[in-house]
Amino acid sequence: MIEKVRTQLLLCSGTSCMSNGAQQVKDSLEKALKEANLEKEVEIITTGCMGICELGPIMVVYPDGVFYQRLTPEDAREIVQEHILKGRVVQRLFYKKPKSEELVDMMENIEFFQLQKRIVRRNCGVIDVTTIDDYIGADGFMALGKALTEMTPQEVIEEIKKSGLRGRGGAGFPTGLKWDFAAKAKGEKKYILCNADEGDPGAFMDRSMLEGDAYSVLEAMIIGGYAIGANQGYIYVRAEYPLAIERLKIAVKEMRKHDLLGKNILNTGFDFDVEIRMGAGAFVCGEETALMRSIEGKRGEPRPRPPFPANQGLFEMPTVLNNVETLANIPYIIMHGAEKYASVGTEKSKGTKIFALAGNIYNTGLIEVPIGITLRDIVYKIGGGIPNNKEFKAVQIGGPSGGCIPAQHLDTKVDYESLKELGAIMGSGGLIVIDEDTCMVDLARYFMNFIQDESCGKCTPCREGTRVMLDILNRICEGKGKMEDLDILEELAYRIKDTALCGLGQTAPNPVLTTLKYFKDEYIEHIRDKKCRAGVCQSLLRYEIDPEKCVGCTVCAKKCPVNAITGEKKQPHKIDQNKCIKCGACYEACKFGAISKR
Amino acid sequence: MSETTTISKSDELSRQENYRQLEDFINENKEKKGYLIPILYKAQELFKYLPPEVMSFVAKGMGISESEVFGVATFYSYFKTKPIGRHTITVCMGTACYVKGAKKILEELQNKLGIKEGETTKDLRFTLGSQPCFGSCGMAPVIMIDNNVHGRLTPDKLDEVLQKYK
Repeated sequence: MIEKVRTQLLLCSGTSCMSNGAQQVKDSLEKALKEANLEKEVEIITTGCMGICELGPIMVVYPDGVFYQRLTPEDAREIVQEHILKGRVVQRLFYKKPKSEELVDMMENIEFFQLQKRIVRRNCGVIDVTTIDDYIGADGFMALGKALTEMTPQEVIEEIKKSGLRGRGGAGFPTGLKWDFAAKAKGEKKYILCNADEGDPGAFMDRSMLEGDAYSVLEAMIIGGYAIGANQGYIYVRAEYPLAIERLKIAVKEMRKHDLLGKNILNTGFDFDVEIRMGAGAFVCGEETALMRSIEGKRGEPRPRPPFPANQGLFEMPTVLNNVETLANIPYIIMHGAEKYASVGTEKSKGTKIFALAGNIYNTGLIEVPIGITLRDIVYKIGGGIPNNKEFKAVQIGGPSGGCIPAQHLDTKVDYESLKELGAIMGSGGLIVIDEDTCMVDLARYFMNFIQDESCGKCTPCREGTRVMLDILNRICEGKGKMEDLDILEELAYRIKDTALCGLGQTAPNPVLTTLKYFKDEYIEHIRDKKCRAGVCQSLLRYEIDPEKCVGCTVCAKKCPVNAITGEKKQPHKIDQNKCIKCGACYEACKFGAISKR
Repeated sequence: MSETTTISKSDELSRQENYRQLEDFINENKEKKGYLIPILYKAQELFKYLPPEVMSFVAKGMGISESEVFGVATFYSYFKTKPIGRHTITVCMGTACYVKGAKKILEELQNKLGIKEGETTKDLRFTLGSQPCFGSCGMAPVIMIDNNVHGRLTPDKLDEVLQKYK
């Protein structure tokens, strides 16, 4: 039970902060508190991810709300001695605004947090992840109680329909409608599944959700089970997320102990239980029919629809599959009502969306924003802009199924419809900021390579078509492309979109199509001028030493693995272009900026 | 588990013990629907990889065909059908890591260890692989060794990281 303490230290324990040493910081805090005889007055709370992973390990001191970042065990000791004992904040550990370097003391004054609206992540970074008490203290299971005791299953479904909630896994299908289909379907058993097989490169909101507030997701699954008439749920989670799995297991155990899972939940006569199933490294298993096959213990290959899973899904029974983030919206909607929920967002897209902000940007991490915010606000206000004085080039949104959106569309509102118009998709929420140092052709090749690796091989358009597209892209990056390749790429892309069996194949050409649409000049430069303006495609590079800047320190010559660099000590050096293998070792080694890469 | 490559008496004993544990696990769970993948997990946890004889053992234990077990084991990249090293290095090739130089990290690891992606060093110390994203994009570029994530890497930091794994 919660004891009265004078200060609480909220220490983020998401994967990022943990691997940056949050555990050592915690140990050091505990030790310092004990030495100061404060362990009864000050409580350390290990919370889920606070979102701003770039600054980890981070800690917020309550009740004042002072925000400390990039902590080391020594810093932790200093905070105890200065801030907690003497009431003097440690300014050195404050957040510094990008560029201006201005110090910010409180969490609420940091721009990264100001434009966010936390509905789904309401508990992440606030509650202790290791106990059920904190979740209950934060109104946990109130929605479950309300649904089971005051609402009929149909009323629950109507509420979700009215809220306008759409699937957050990518496609944006209305969740209430999905539940309604499954509720009306006939079957001796029904299932509700949670898709936590977050495979899109650049997306980690589901992982963080499970690490920071697994209870919300489980609560939503019980509500969903009640609504559609299912007594069994499965959570399909990636094996690459050990911490999320561990916290899920804790949550399930705690809930069983408190009779919130199992027979006769909350004394209402409703039975529901969940089983955690680990994925085994197959991207295609994020596709619903493939995921169900995988839970059945088979190869995770998709099958044609119809029949849709709502009628015939897992073990041929009516099944609903919802994404982690979608589910985490449910308790809020039931608690506060559809109308309040629908007041956030745009006309057709309600609520908030979590994005994983990463790439060439100051503030990387997780953000939850009202749907309808502009990309510009995300990149420049929340993200803090592009570091190292580089030029913004594009955002890649929606992972391998999404697309690249260039600077001229930065004022686009982020919602399902607007993004689709531009050729991208909302997707699961990966949002990667790209600066001038990224080659768009190489990026398209990267995604195609990914798709080739992950294509399950069942249907020909995806298996063979993406192979041919990859071959062409490889050729272009090596400087062997032809102008007609661009037409072939486009034609293949549309064919694959029209004919592939599942979502993976149907959306696979999007990265190529959007880069062709917005960055065609880069493709043409690669083919016609044999030039890669970002300096990424190695075959097209040329390293040269500027004799004006070279001081003859010989470091580059020593680093060169093929002895292509010659020159006397203290004299300008030269690169033999015939010998150069374009590895870039000299470029990295030069301290005088004398080597250019073009 | 044994740390040498030669088969000794204690290895043989632990092998038998592994089979016994696997058999128990299969018998406990084979009635559960669709439990092949969790059973393969257990098998890989015990034997470190899935040699043909272990897959046959699973098939027999569950009363399904060997081809079904083999088909499932080879579909998922998590399951290894060849021996792997004591430590598994996975280089993240997610978009964020990719645009922040993951390719260089992978190349440097290949040079340092003298193996290619998907291979294991002769002393069975490391197996090198890559994965598209494990969701630590905030610290890109990252690698995962066993279950530990190491972030904000540059090629010259690798030696220090590798030293922690013997």
